[in-house]
Amino acid sequence: MARRAVSIISPLGLWGAAAAALLLFLTLGTLAAVAWQAEFTRGLGRADIAALRFTLIQAFFSALISVALAIPVARALARRQFPGRQILITLLGAPFILPVIVAVLGLLAVFGRAGLFNQMLNALGFETVSVYGFSGVLLAHVFFNLPLATRLILQSWLAIPAERFRLAQSLGFAPRDMFRQIEWPMLREVIPGIFAVIFLICTTSFAVALTLGGGPKATTIELAIYQALRSDFDPGKAALLSSIQFLLCTLAAGIAWYFTRHQDAAAGFDRAVQRSDAGAIGLRIQDTFYLGFAALFVILPLAMVIKSGLTGILNMPDVVWWAALRSVLMAIASSAVMLALVLPLAQIAANEKRAWPEAIAYLSVSASPLVIGTGLFILLNPYFSPRDLALPVTIIVNAAMAIPFALRGLLPAMREVEASYAPLADQLGMAGFARFRLLTLPRIRRPLGFALGLTAALSMGDLGVVALFADPDAGTLPLMIYRLMGAYRMEQAAGAALLLLFLSLALFMIFDRGGRKNADT
Amino acid sequence: MKCLTLAAGLCAATAASAETPVLNVYTYDSFTSDWGPGPAIEAAFEDICNCDLQFSAVGDGAALIARLNLEGDHSEADVVLGIDTSLADQALADQFFVPHTLENPTLTLPIAWDNATYVPYDWGYFAFVYDNTKTDTVPANFRDLAASDLKIVIQDPRSSTPGLGLMMWVKAAYGDEAPAIWADLSDNIVTVTKGWSESYGMFLEGEADMALSYTTSPAYHLIAEDDASKSAAAFDEGHYMQIEVAAVTKSADQPELAQQFLDFMISNAAQTILPTTNWMYPAATPAAGLPEGFETLTVPEKSLLIPAEDAGSVREAALTEWLDALSQ
Repeated sequence: MARRAVSIISPLGLWGAAAAALLLFLTLGTLAAVAWQAEFTRGLGRADIAALRFTLIQAFFSALISVALAIPVARALARRQFPGRQILITLLGAPFILPVIVAVLGLLAVFGRAGLFNQMLNALGFETVSVYGFSGVLLAHVFFNLPLATRLILQSWLAIPAERFRLAQSLGFAPRDMFRQIEWPMLREVIPGIFAVIFLICTTSFAVALTLGGGPKATTIELAIYQALRSDFDPGKAALLSSIQFLLCTLAAGIAWYFTRHQDAAAGFDRAVQRSDAGAIGLRIQDTFYLGFAALFVILPLAMVIKSGLTGILNMPDVVWWAALRSVLMAIASSAVMLALVLPLAQIAANEKRAWPEAIAYLSVSASPLVIGTGLFILLNPYFSPRDLALPVTIIVNAAMAIPFALRGLLPAMREVEASYAPLADQLGMAGFARFRLLTLPRIRRPLGFALGLTAALSMGDLGVVALFADPDAGTLPLMIYRLMGAYRMEQAAGAALLLLFLSLALFMIFDRGGRKNADT
Repeated sequence: MKCLTLAAGLCAATAASAETPVLNVYTYDSFTSDWGPGPAIEAAFEDICNCDLQFSAVGDGAALIARLNLEGDHSEADVVLGIDTSLADQALADQFFVPHTLENPTLTLPIAWDNATYVPYDWGYFAFVYDNTKTDTVPANFRDLAASDLKIVIQDPRSSTPGLGLMMWVKAAYGDEAPAIWADLSDNIVTVTKGWSESYGMFLEGEADMALSYTTSPAYHLIAEDDASKSAAAFDEGHYMQIEVAAVTKSADQPELAQQFLDFMISNAAQTILPTTNWMYPAATPAAGLPEGFETLTVPEKSLLIPAEDAGSVREAALTEWLDALSQ
């Protein structure tokens, strides 16, 4: 096949290599910096082994449940048109971007001991059900990740050319055949990757696991790293634990990659899907059930966040508004940086059928945020004042952390473009930027908008990675929420959380809409 | 002529600011927040020191120590403010700090304080805070609590200073029996959170009957919100103290200014600011006394504190016990 070889010295190759180098530096480089400080005196204790086991088991089941539920929800969204569909899709992005503390309080207002669910049970004469424990951890992780999985799967669903469904319909395919012939091959391609991403996200969570897990039984490796870096100050142990985390994540990503089958795409006329195969009443009921479930599951906790924030948002001090402005500007900057990093990686992965851009992107999900922050601090502190670097470091790290999600969204679309149009484009001699602008860009607008929106929203909600670089006079909105809570001002904190929810969603929506504008033509 | 005067004035101003020494104080984040004591402390000290006081804020007490470790000789800190007595042990003092130069400071702590390195600036008692309109039977000690149906939220000692304080509290009160107490408490614990904010928030939302906090917490609700519904349970085995301390670093560029700052922190000016911004007791009660409302607070009969010399070793042993007892 006559492919344009992207050599390392081409501009795209150089750009991709630079992006890869930055990601490698942020993940493995910072780990090396932490390890460099170490004396490796202590090995793993019993508690660490228990944490390791718990981390893996909960991450596996969290990912499994999230993906298993996301498939029917995404399918229902893909083949149904109903009023409010757009809003539902946008709201589905919300849990993932909320700061942990806000999301957990929202979740508890529904599922906690004094939550709506238990109030209902008590009213019906049942005992209070405790959510804390393994089930609580799964509940929270599914709350965070089901929406992400749904969005990513939905994108792939919408990326299937409508012609295939039309052809199948005219051939008289039943819904079952449709699934086997068209939808299953797509799912087989995307599911392992999405499963891996969620598995990785869940391995590095610890505030959620701790709070809903009910105690030290539910300890993840990340907490052990936290402890090693803070109270024990034992960077050797932190580096060791972090390496184990990398190893496991690499293994998980490797397994996912092994099971991923790249399908050979056939070109369609590049239209959005109008489906009429799903009219059967049974399927309607099924889709309605899944949509109703997803909507309730996601929207109820959000509604509780909104309810508790309404009184506080009206009397927030000025500093909170300034922090909000700062957060918005930083989020937009993060999105721009993310774009500059992800495009060359995605282009190389799609054109060259290379696996390394994906592998490198996965690294940044499996990296411990604490190790990244600490490693950067060790490397930069001798030369710069951490306070001066707070802004650029936060922006770049937030951009890097969003890359795996952006890439997951972009890759299927870019592969489709390559598979379907590359021969024609090559014949026409389309190359370079013109080819990107005229051929690729219009076809990846949807996932691109999603990626930008997600990065902006994730960056809005970020608190932790760069805590060591924080400039006390330039706090972000999530930091303000913690400060207000720390000063007993829970009502204002809830108000600030509502503001954060609103701004994150607004940013997400603006980018996401931009991506979808005219996408139906 | 006017212009010349202006120019001369500007010149003098620039020269003055170039000579103004900068005092770098590392502290925890909530101290410097707009609702903490930081802004008022900074203004009051700058009034008297002819210097520029700059706070650098990192997380909490444990994060402060981690930062000192990370920075090594590069540290810009002259003073570290806000480590608590569970972490401020002798090993830490030997590694990072120099002795203070205060001579017989007048302190009003409920215990004698004669540490050569650390200067206390405020303190509190750990306590379980409850809603007195909802909870009628208040436990009088840990055994009562363990035997009751009351649900509590606490913090993880590995990630939170109050969580660490609670662990030290049980250890100081019960010694070898501490693991048994924890085992009995395990069915009362709704959950263990990463930090104080999460658990206090959950308590206010009704997720638990009590949260581990301070005897001074009800003062906030009373003074700032005019809400008298929060109380702290008095435990008869005594309450563990959290004493927040400051110390001058070995690498200080401004050692004299740093010592002056420690002196200032226990002066009337600073001590007046702390109670209603940090919501803790002042280390040296100011001339005007405690703010109105503080007299309503629960005052424990007995104060518990493990001395700095032993804090390190006790902490490590107690953590292993805590983990074992709660991981069953």
